[in-house]
Amino acid sequence: MTLSAQYLWLIPALPLAAAAVGALVPRTGRALAAGAAIAALVASFLVSCVALVTALADPAAKLVYNFAWFDLGAGVFRLGWLLDPLTAFMCVMVTFVGTLIFIFSLGYMKADANFKQFFCFLSLFAAAMLGLIVANSLLLLFISWELVGLASYLLIGFWFHKPSAAAAAKKAFITTRIGDLGLLLGLLWLYDSTGSLLFFDGGAGVLEAAALGSLAAQVTVGGLVVSTAIGLLIFCGAIGKSGQFPLHVWLPDAMEGPTPVSALIHAATMVAAGVFLIARVYPLMQADALLAAVPVHALTVVAFIGAITALMGACIAVAQNDIKRVLAFSTVSQLGYMMLALGVGSWVAAIFHLLTHAFFKALLFLGAGSVIHAAHHEQDIRSLGGLSAKMKVTFVTFALGTCALVGVPLFFSGFWSKEAILHAAHGWDVSHLPFYAAVLGVVLTAFYNTRLMAETFFGKPRSPAAEHAHENSPVMTLPLVVLAVCAVVLGFLNTPVWPWLDTMLLGKTEVHGHSLMEGAGLMGLSVVLVALGLGAGWALYGRRTRVSATAPDPLAVKAPRLMAFLAAKLKFDELYDATVGRLNSASAAFADFLEFWVWGGLVTLLARLGEFTGLVNRETDERTLNGGFDNVSEQVRGPGRVYSRAQTGDVHGYLRFLALGFVVLVLLVVMGGAK
Amino acid sequence: MNLLPWTIYVSFAGACLALVAGARSAAAARWTALATAVAATTLTFLAARDFVPGAGLQTLVDVPWIAGLGVSYHLAVDGISLTLLVLTGLAATAGILFSWNIEERPGEFFALFLALIGGVYGVFLSADVFLLFVFYEIAIVPKYFLIAIWGSTNREYGAMKLVLYSFAGSSLVLAGMIWAFAAGDATGFGLTELALAGARLPFPEQVAIFALLFTGFATLAGMFPLHTWAPTGHVAAPTAASMLLAGVVMKLGAYGCLRVAMPLFPDAFLYCQPVIAWLAVVGIVYAGCIALVQDDFKFVIGYSSVSHMGFVLLGLAAATPLALAGAVLQMFSHGVIAGLLFAVVGRMVYERTHTRRLADLKAMPLHRLLPFAATIFVVAGLASLGLPGFSGFPAELSILIGTWQENPLWAVVAALGIIVAGAFTLRVIQISFFGTTNLAAIAAAGDHPLPPITRAEKAGALLLISATLYVGLKPDVLLDWIVPALQSPVFQAVMKGGNP
Repeated sequence: MTLSAQYLWLIPALPLAAAAVGALVPRTGRALAAGAAIAALVASFLVSCVALVTALADPAAKLVYNFAWFDLGAGVFRLGWLLDPLTAFMCVMVTFVGTLIFIFSLGYMKADANFKQFFCFLSLFAAAMLGLIVANSLLLLFISWELVGLASYLLIGFWFHKPSAAAAAKKAFITTRIGDLGLLLGLLWLYDSTGSLLFFDGGAGVLEAAALGSLAAQVTVGGLVVSTAIGLLIFCGAIGKSGQFPLHVWLPDAMEGPTPVSALIHAATMVAAGVFLIARVYPLMQADALLAAVPVHALTVVAFIGAITALMGACIAVAQNDIKRVLAFSTVSQLGYMMLALGVGSWVAAIFHLLTHAFFKALLFLGAGSVIHAAHHEQDIRSLGGLSAKMKVTFVTFALGTCALVGVPLFFSGFWSKEAILHAAHGWDVSHLPFYAAVLGVVLTAFYNTRLMAETFFGKPRSPAAEHAHENSPVMTLPLVVLAVCAVVLGFLNTPVWPWLDTMLLGKTEVHGHSLMEGAGLMGLSVVLVALGLGAGWALYGRRTRVSATAPDPLAVKAPRLMAFLAAKLKFDELYDATVGRLNSASAAFADFLEFWVWGGLVTLLARLGEFTGLVNRETDERTLNGGFDNVSEQVRGPGRVYSRAQTGDVHGYLRFLALGFVVLVLLVVMGGAK
Repeated sequence: MNLLPWTIYVSFAGACLALVAGARSAAAARWTALATAVAATTLTFLAARDFVPGAGLQTLVDVPWIAGLGVSYHLAVDGISLTLLVLTGLAATAGILFSWNIEERPGEFFALFLALIGGVYGVFLSADVFLLFVFYEIAIVPKYFLIAIWGSTNREYGAMKLVLYSFAGSSLVLAGMIWAFAAGDATGFGLTELALAGARLPFPEQVAIFALLFTGFATLAGMFPLHTWAPTGHVAAPTAASMLLAGVVMKLGAYGCLRVAMPLFPDAFLYCQPVIAWLAVVGIVYAGCIALVQDDFKFVIGYSSVSHMGFVLLGLAAATPLALAGAVLQMFSHGVIAGLLFAVVGRMVYERTHTRRLADLKAMPLHRLLPFAATIFVVAGLASLGLPGFSGFPAELSILIGTWQENPLWAVVAALGIIVAGAFTLRVIQISFFGTTNLAAIAAAGDHPLPPITRAEKAGALLLISATLYVGLKPDVLLDWIVPALQSPVFQAVMKGGNP
């Protein structure tokens, strides 16, 4: 069975229809809204599977279907669908993980009064995300990108009566929009330079040789090649959406949303959209690669931003106490790894890590959701503890997810995908710094995850909430089990011995593996690093577990100032408040002042001047001119008295006369017009 | 095709009828008004069905009026005016639906309302500058009464400020118009005659006349720094009047720039282009910044309106084919969306809560008390911040791309305005409808219900939302009219410089 690219729209359209159902049913239509959402996403998953089969039949092919959206005479805006292995893998991942998370939400959101809106928003999100993936046009991608942002806004702020949630939603929307500004400008520039926004269009697309050649041949301000400039602007969008340094600040706050939202949007799919975007426009990002005399290559910037983010996220995660925030910073860090992979030239490694990460991070977030749900919304790991015995399924699956995230060798998907990234970073000939950052990040990842596991699941329960926690219903645990299986199995799709995924993504047909021995040195190093992190974590947090919720953190005892700095997220929020925030309120206050005092004052002054002139005139009239007029007037007043009888004082009467006169006038005009 | 002039006559006749009907009952007046507005809209749609898009104005009526001055009663239409006629019909119909509760002197209210609409139809159909000016004045006068009699906060001040600005603008236009006629050897006030005569004037004189005309019209379009009448006027105006003000009256100004000032003096326009573009760009960001810190719900919307009109002016200033088409699309889009926003603020919220202070609204669980209004406002707000799917997106996108082609720097600054728009829109949505953090108040929302949203309000809101969604998803419905109209030699001259 194959799927023509023409019908790819089905994949986003099905959840969109479910969102419409969710929007239109009354508040009581809970089952209908949820049922429609899940059914639509399952259907979408099946279509995606067919699309995957189609794409893998000829991995090198770019199946496209393009059509005009609107025509401005001097330019046509065209949209289109694109089917290649990248699209297909992403679709399958999003629909599969999405379905599991939708099912999990049935249990998690059971008691919420706005249950049906929740599923409506989730479906809207899924539709937008899938639209972004199947787009064959930067414009369609941008449209979906904005809609994804909207869905994210609605879902982060879902509990809007919590001020923190409302603030987080706004922060997320505005921060990502700052990045989107770059993407928009990149889009404008690209359209201006090439006259098209289609990725592939039978040779005329922006990612095809002709357009790339001309973009790489032009030079703009600062000696920058146009393709580099556009690539970097597009990368701004990715920085915003994928929580990269320096726009990562919204992602941890986004954890104010319900946990299934964090799992689906802020871990598995939407935040990975930036990585997908760069992978999608990779030919453009790479167009300057062969040019030597340029100030900077687009991908070099990507690599450094990724490395900084990877290390920074891991550092901050070490000092967080909220179970979801630890995972949030771990997401920031992992997204940094993906960007790093993109930057150092291995986009397939980035996508491989994106896919494995989607599964194990969704698993971890849902596990966290399971814990939070069981512990009556207690999220502070210092107050949890001792859950390993009470919540066995959650514990085991969470542990498997952690192993994947940490990169425990050989049997976990995260190991293979991270290995691929380290390998690529090691082979990068521009600089070795990103590689060292990544290596350090591996140790820290192992360390903070050990801490998370130990604090949450081991020791004694340290609060009544943790005391009374018990395992959730199967509707919540079943998705955990399925995801846990995936977190293990998925790694085998792309081992160095059998790099099937790489091969497919690169559009080749024959899988050429090589012996594990070839990369053994690096692999051995990473095994040692993981062991180091795990050991350190175990030594500090696992050997002797925390006694009470208020007991000091062992690391904070040793390095109090460092930990406080890390716990405050390196003070980025404070920095932005003091700079961007203050600039913003200052300019608003300045504009307000200008408007109401300067312009407003000027207008009032003019009006007063007019009044004053009037007064002077009136006085002059009264004293000098009036005398003469009074005499004349007296003579006029006689007949006037006679006419004054017509003045009844009845406004309605006047207006009726006025109307009559008007009708006559109009009639005259019309008849004149008819002539 | 010859149905279109009847939009004018029907509106004026309806105004008279509404006055008579208002003497009997309020219901008679509003049904008369609604019937009139619907009739005029229907006429427009019927005419649009047979409309053959093309370059240049298609004459509907052309008879001599004041022979000595060469003034003729010349009505004509092209795709641009047709787009704005459709907008006028929609805005008028919705405005009447949102005025359904007017009990104070309803006859006069609807009479003035329809007279204003008639004037607007007249402006959009005029092909003679003198005639256009007459209709333009007809549209301005009723505005004053609508605000001064039926307005609220500080209404005399608001009304006076608005009228003074309008008349100041008109007098500039009048001066420019007469100068253009008298200085050259024009045989009449027709657009073509004046353009031909204008081209023969010395260049400095062309620039001076252009400046008069453009400034005059742009005042009404809310161009920075001549925009201050708009927010105060909106705040003072009754709902329907602010809907018309933002929805169509500001478009009169922009339309005047596009139809009269720019084609008459294309060279002078190109000379002034950077100034206009920078004023537009500054206006976008500046008004957005002000909207960010207002405590009056209507002020926020008023300044957002100025900010969005900045995009129209930017599109006109950039004067590339894409930017001009986008500017006309944005006129339509802003007319619909701003109308909707004012309807929610003025009619749905203010007339029920009797406050527009955001601090007061924050304390009320409005999303529970007025769920329909909350939904509509969220949708309208999203449309206003340029979310894809609504008409603002294709419009602003076209303007930005068109502007980029002319000067990337303008596009960059204007795009900054989009972020500001996002910020102030979300702020006002969150504070006004979703500001309450008091769960007890939310739970007790049912105890003190507000009057429910009426059927007329729902109909009006749905009408406008369908319009912005339809155009947002399928901009071609309007662009198929607009784009051929821009092929006309007069607009080509504006884009390329040089007289036709």
